[in-house]
Amino acid sequence: MAEERILMKGNEAIAEAAVRAGCRFFAGYPITPQNEIPEYMSWRMAEVGGTFIQSESEVAAINMVYGAASAGARAMTSSSGPGISLKQEGLSYLCGAELPCFYANIVRGGPGLGNIAGAQSDYFQSTRGGGHGDYRVVVYGPSTVQEMVDLTMLAFDVADKYRNPAMILGDGILGQMMEPVVMRPMKDYDPSPKAAWAVGDSAGRARHYISSVYLSPGTLEKHNVRLLRKYQKIEATEVRYEAVGIEDADVVAVAYGTSARVVKSAMSMAKAGGKLRLGIIRPISLWPFPKEIIREVAGRVRDILVVEMSFGQMYEDVLISACGRAKVSLLARTGGGVPSEEEIIEAAERARKSKDAVEIYPAGE
Amino acid sequence: MEKIFGRPECLTEAPFTYCPGCGHSIAHRLTAEVIDEMKIRDKCIGVASVGCSVFSDMFFNFDFVQAAHGRAPAVATGLKRVKPDCVVFTHQGDGDLASIGTAEMIHSANRGENITVIFINNAIYGMTGGQMAPTTLIGMKTTTSPAGRTAKYMGYPIRVCELLSGLGGVAYLERAAVNNPQGVSRAKRALRHAFEIQVAGLGFTLVELVSQCPTGWGLRPTDAVKWLEKEMKAYYPLGVFKDVSETKSQAVPHA
Repeated sequence: MAEERILMKGNEAIAEAAVRAGCRFFAGYPITPQNEIPEYMSWRMAEVGGTFIQSESEVAAINMVYGAASAGARAMTSSSGPGISLKQEGLSYLCGAELPCFYANIVRGGPGLGNIAGAQSDYFQSTRGGGHGDYRVVVYGPSTVQEMVDLTMLAFDVADKYRNPAMILGDGILGQMMEPVVMRPMKDYDPSPKAAWAVGDSAGRARHYISSVYLSPGTLEKHNVRLLRKYQKIEATEVRYEAVGIEDADVVAVAYGTSARVVKSAMSMAKAGGKLRLGIIRPISLWPFPKEIIREVAGRVRDILVVEMSFGQMYEDVLISACGRAKVSLLARTGGGVPSEEEIIEAAERARKSKDAVEIYPAGE
Repeated sequence: MEKIFGRPECLTEAPFTYCPGCGHSIAHRLTAEVIDEMKIRDKCIGVASVGCSVFSDMFFNFDFVQAAHGRAPAVATGLKRVKPDCVVFTHQGDGDLASIGTAEMIHSANRGENITVIFINNAIYGMTGGQMAPTTLIGMKTTTSPAGRTAKYMGYPIRVCELLSGLGGVAYLERAAVNNPQGVSRAKRALRHAFEIQVAGLGFTLVELVSQCPTGWGLRPTDAVKWLEKEMKAYYPLGVFKDVSETKSQAVPHA
């Protein structure tokens, strides 16, 4: 299939992109606001000769993915915050056993059952590992439906390249919105490199076993250091970000996903107003985090403003990256709240006028 | 000279890590013999669970995947759907299968996943130090039921074969015991039958092997064998609980 421009919902775009990346195994459990992904996969997998399973739980879904990945398939699952929490056990095992997989978290407001509005409050869970043990997963934060397509396909490749899970951290807004996208052609995915380690059909070779158990003294530390080297390589080679208007900015915003979309509108608005020059660094890979560009920009602008739909989670990464070289302020919304352009401009102006960094949270009860 | 007894080809040289008198090692040996006899080693994928059998991937000389606690049937589901021509089995204890993995057990059975579960029921958590299992008998003392299990506070021991027998996707369920030569021989026939049903693609198969755990029970191996005979068999009757490969699918007690 050639490239075609079509109107698609974010969730469906992820599903179709996964199919075109060669994904032939999907297991998942219903949860809003990501239901379009399993619904789409339920008929699409049948069309392409793949497997779709509506699992009994999120826990089962990620373990089915673990099995499918062990057998060498490109496998995925999807969910939203509460379900992704349940998948953390399995993700830790996938990382420990060095199995590739793709998953999408179409984030809703938390904690607990929260609500079904879009949020960014699963940033810590995604970028810190999320389950038990020393590990990382590759995290992409798309801000358009097109990026949901492109980053999904990239995530499958990166997952295979490093034998590690890779994910899309979306949100309910991106999952539900429709935008025109260029759908990429169907990939002729070649699973043969995985024959070196995948299980099944063992005639004529030594047995393969896939495991995350290292009980003999010292062996787990060695294994983990090997994982660390891999993560360091990912940090050195897989960073992605977009930077706009940072050269002559008074304030450089750092925002991803939906927040970054609003920051970009605020930039146009501020430019029209003529009083504030607002730039943006938009992390596309949230882990590995684009530390270098932030550190570099922090050395030459006075003000950085982090805008996020969570209580200052990415803020911590920006503070670490800026290393005290700039004033780093925060505009935070939570529980499904989305910052407005006006709020962003006001926050940027407040930050600029203030001697110290400011942290701006929504009014409580 | 004819060799009449030896190590099954699909066992590795690794010595079993089980306690003396344990039923797990008998189950492994029988599984290996059946796979050798059926000549399906190259097509076999085993799924190891968590508990005493956590190292079972070391003992078998074919492909193995280690699963998280209770998740082996879900992992096996993923494996089998991707590799439908492979023979996929799990080896799970009672805590793994019937407590933390209850949902995965019931739903993989109900979906009729074409996999085989080898279920070791020794009524106790062995690896973690003899705690109460979902299959611990009423009155049985464990490290978390030191005064003995009571139905009032701890519920009843779960009979897995009976529980699963009403599910549509199940093709074969049999409970055997490995505490005497007759039982071991019956257990091997059950394992072979389960694998044959899987190869024929008829659905979910489970063989429950009631096993002795001398260490966890605080008994000498010879006494554990007797205790199983008297106490375990009284609550866990042996027999075929379902077999879609035969016309009769009712519970048939062993002779």
